[in-house]
Amino acid sequence: MADLETFRRETKSWLEANAPASLVGQIGNELEGTWGGRKATWPNPDAKRWLDVMAARGFTAPTWPKAYGGGGLEPAEAKVLAQLLRELRLPPPLIGFGLTMIGPTLLRFGSEEQKTLHLPRICRGEIRWCQGYSEPGAGSDLASLQTKALRDGDHFVLNGTKVWTSYADQADWIFALVRTNPTAKKQEGITFLLVDMDTPGVSVSPILLISGKSPFCETHFQDVRVPVANVVHQIDAGWTVAKALLGHERTMIADAFGGAGPRPDKKGGRSYLAELAASKLGEEQGRIADPIFRDEVAAFEMESRAFALTVQRTKDAARAGHQPGSESSMFKIYGTELNQRRYELLVRLLGPDALGWEGPGFDEADLEITREWLRSRGNTIEGGTSEVQLNILAKHVLGLPS
Amino acid sequence: MQLVLTEEQELIAATARDFVAASSPVSRFRALRDAGDPLGYSPALLREMGELGWLGIAFDEKQGGAGLGLAELVLVVEALGRSLAPEPFVGGLALGGFALALGASPALQSAWLPGVLEGRKVVALAHQEPGSRHALTRIGTRAVASGSGFRLTGAKSQVLDGFGAEAVIVPARTAGGGDDRSGITLFLVGKDAPGLASERAIRVDSRNAAQLHLDGVVCGPESIVGKLGEGASLLEAVVDRATVVLSAEMLGGMAAVFEQTLSYLKTREQFGVPIGSFQALQHRAAQVYMEIELARSSVMAAARSVDAGETDAAKLVSLAKARCSGAYLLAANEAVQMFGGVGMTDEYDVGFYLKRARAAELTFGDAAYHRQRWARLGGY
Ligand SMILES: Cc1cc2nc3c(=O)[nH]c(=O)nc-3n(C[C@H](O)[C@H](O)[C@H](O)COP(=O)(O)OP(=O)(O)OC[C@H]3O[C@@H](n4cnc5c(N)ncnc54)[C@H](O)[C@@H]3O)c2cc1C
Repeated sequence: MADLETFRRETKSWLEANAPASLVGQIGNELEGTWGGRKATWPNPDAKRWLDVMAARGFTAPTWPKAYGGGGLEPAEAKVLAQLLRELRLPPPLIGFGLTMIGPTLLRFGSEEQKTLHLPRICRGEIRWCQGYSEPGAGSDLASLQTKALRDGDHFVLNGTKVWTSYADQADWIFALVRTNPTAKKQEGITFLLVDMDTPGVSVSPILLISGKSPFCETHFQDVRVPVANVVHQIDAGWTVAKALLGHERTMIADAFGGAGPRPDKKGGRSYLAELAASKLGEEQGRIADPIFRDEVAAFEMESRAFALTVQRTKDAARAGHQPGSESSMFKIYGTELNQRRYELLVRLLGPDALGWEGPGFDEADLEITREWLRSRGNTIEGGTSEVQLNILAKHVLGLPS
Repeated sequence: MQLVLTEEQELIAATARDFVAASSPVSRFRALRDAGDPLGYSPALLREMGELGWLGIAFDEKQGGAGLGLAELVLVVEALGRSLAPEPFVGGLALGGFALALGASPALQSAWLPGVLEGRKVVALAHQEPGSRHALTRIGTRAVASGSGFRLTGAKSQVLDGFGAEAVIVPARTAGGGDDRSGITLFLVGKDAPGLASERAIRVDSRNAAQLHLDGVVCGPESIVGKLGEGASLLEAVVDRATVVLSAEMLGGMAAVFEQTLSYLKTREQFGVPIGSFQALQHRAAQVYMEIELARSSVMAAARSVDAGETDAAKLVSLAKARCSGAYLLAANEAVQMFGGVGMTDEYDVGFYLKRARAAELTFGDAAYHRQRWARLGGY
């Protein structure tokens, strides 16, 4: 405990000395902020400086071993660091699938060469990763995927199409599930492969979403040659790796959506949501004038708090040495549905102001809420649909029969 | 705040669970109900629980307690709630006991608290009146100055664990009216006080509750719990603690009825397969599971937050009660539905849980009440 206090004190003064003032109050979560990569752009040069100082200290991946560019922190110390960032209202220096998905997976399943090559570049934000799981014919039934990988000496030759690949157009590497054995049982012929997107034969075409943005792509592989050394774990044993990574993905999604929402709450005062409701609906004697919306704001906040406490409880239990179960499925369902309810409520609070799409006559922040409302509908689909998560809970947590 | 049990807490939880499983199956509650037992609980078992130290868990050592907190007490009460044990933990221990501990004079404390913590006496608290719904300060009972003391006149409804109680703490108006916060005073009234009439209220959940009529009951100044005219905040602090205790009981009940439902889903067959293989039921069961998990986190947080005297403790109490109200009813309603016809029979236990869920929901404020309170505490 005394050590933890020392750590808190030292880290706090280090953060205060090193965090660029222009970033204070900028929010961020696992899906919003600095993604890094070769194609990274830096609208705010301080964001780059922030990434570099934090990476140099190992604080982009606080709990990863120092040897791979991490901070080597104990989980309790990492919690303190996260608290400090919140307290000082600083955004995370780096986000992305490298830190949240492929990194933890490589730490567990990767070869020494893979870890030495990839992890430090993830920590420094040099390489941005994307996820090549889904295919046009393989969504919820992911194990039926068909992208072919034929062995040719010390290479695999890839042919096939991945779809819904988030940010493939901005990524440098992709981790992909490919079929290496077409005759085995479907789960047993899959291999987990790391592919440099610069390899000849890889091409991506962005897909437009209902939100008007195109964060995901179709990713094509045409005779793409990938070294066998890029197999993670073993050939034909990719399903185990794939499932472990999905656990990380679901936790990441839950963390991102279960949290503060589009604006951080001011300390002590009213929540962002209550403030917005009061400004849109007026106040009577210090209360949101419309009692029905007041009730809905409270209901949402309470649900959100109960969810955050549950995420915290699981983390506290993990730090105390309890084995995590299939909670990530629960967090995925609840966190994403909560986020959808948040945007449903926000849009209804805005009223007609929520109907803007672009251009003059509408407030920039309101336009963003409308787009995010549309985007949030995907939350219960991406990373495995809610229905699939409910199946997992029913079978693996509740032990209900097939 | 750490939302994980310490080793000591794990031990308390396991001991309580084992004890309750061995000495208090649901059949014991059923037998008390069937017999129309006037108390509705077992005084002998209550004393045994006192000897085990359960009643004193959350009270100071100098008051005869163990010096732990709600974080520990909720573990015991959760175990009791699992098998619907009807002993007076909510009305007697939490309302009466905490009112004495937080507000009573040293003389009243030494006269009453040891008996309460040993399980020899029950002191109830009449927090409700006909028509007051969930508003704690909507008190019509009047305490009129008379000599050096007061005369209390009015009616109190559904006084939890109040029937057969040794004494009842009665909030009354020494001034003001309506929902005024000022002018409320709490009086301790012995069961034999002239002018006090107590009737057993028969409730849907078969638990002990009393209807009280006070007709010029004389109370001396020494019987005041807390300060004259300033009882509202004491009452709220006490009810907040009792609300956490009740929420823990609800948590135990919802967990138990859900476990019973799961095992039914795995064994009952229709169409040649266990009904638990139907996806429609699987998804609904998974929803119940998630609601219970959220309720559990909320109860743990509320208990710890009250123990630590945190500024948003009251919000977390409201959170716990609101989540437990919704989750217990969901678990119980789904249980009846998934048991099918037998779920509707008195012979099966699931109906008991449904009744308990409803009674608990409508005690100390339902989810809507606590959303309002959350909003008020949140400054909007
Ligand atoms: C915004 C977004 C980003 C994404 N990013 C990526 C990415 O980066 N990489 C990647 O690989 N993939 C990504 N995906 C793909 C995502 O994982 C799939 O869309 C998802 O797994 C569902 O597959 P599907 O779209 O083929 O739907 P389907 O599997 O065809 O499902 C259609 C409907 O049927 C239901 N259903 C299917 N099976 C069952 C069942 N057994 N029981 C009950 N109901 C069932 C589903 O729940 C759904 O409601 C992304 C998706 C979205 C929306």
